[in-house]
Amino acid sequence: MISYFQDYVTIGAVLGFGLFLVVLLLGVASVLRPNKPYAEKLQTYECGVDPVGTGWSQTYVRYYIFGLLFVIFDVEAVFIFPWAINLEKLGYFGLIEMFVFIFILLIGLIYAIRKDVLKWES
Amino acid sequence: MEIFEIVTYFVLLLLVSTAVRVVTTSNVIHAAISLVFTLALTSVLFLLLSTEFVALVLVLVYIGAVIVLFLFGIMITRAPLGKNAELDNDKNKKLGAAIAGSIFFLFSYILVNGFDGEVIITSGSSTELLGEILLSRFVFPFELVSFVLLAALIGGITLARKDEALIDEDQV
Repeated sequence: MISYFQDYVTIGAVLGFGLFLVVLLLGVASVLRPNKPYAEKLQTYECGVDPVGTGWSQTYVRYYIFGLLFVIFDVEAVFIFPWAINLEKLGYFGLIEMFVFIFILLIGLIYAIRKDVLKWES
Repeated sequence: MEIFEIVTYFVLLLLVSTAVRVVTTSNVIHAAISLVFTLALTSVLFLLLSTEFVALVLVLVYIGAVIVLFLFGIMITRAPLGKNAELDNDKNKKLGAAIAGSIFFLFSYILVNGFDGEVIITSGSSTELLGEILLSRFVFPFELVSFVLLAALIGGITLARKDEALIDEDQV
């Protein structure tokens, strides 16, 4: 139990030091740099071209299905973790079960490919 | 374990403040981003309870994938983006507060009564134990999960993609 928290204290310490470094460097930079803003400088950077319209715009609907596929395979990945930790202990039985699990979801991927979902049509 | 308690209460305080921001902000994108912070802090809370796997699921699936779907859902529809005064009106506030409060008290009652003062002391991470049980005792439900995911995948594709045959039919 104590070693468990010690691991996370290490992660927290690294995270905290990283945050401290960012604050320190940006703080030093903001003190040292000259600050002369004008309208052209404050414009949103859009690859050198003048920005058009507002920042809020409607996204292409076709992205949604990729998001949907990502959710499914993300859940699949989550189920692989507890198996991967016990890889040696579970042996061939676990391996076969995991292959069955992945194979069933692979059918879904094949379905998606056959239905031309992954093809980008414009 | 005093430091542990201080950290827990600090996380809880941040959690409640971000959760309140989710429902009080008048910008729907800001609500989604606040929800990301709420889920991240919930994940920290699960880490403090030494359930690493639940924390991992929250980060991977909820922050990584479900929020992306939320944002896509907002951004591909004609929902008003940016500030929207209607999101934060007083009429729904009272009703929402009443429903949320009653759910909170119901859950608290059930949890307090269900465990009846029983304290579960864990010894470090429980992911290894979970993997062992998942692929021995619960191996059949585990395989069923893949069928559920497959059904969700096919159902999602069927609903979201435009069927060429149906479009042709519409035009005729």
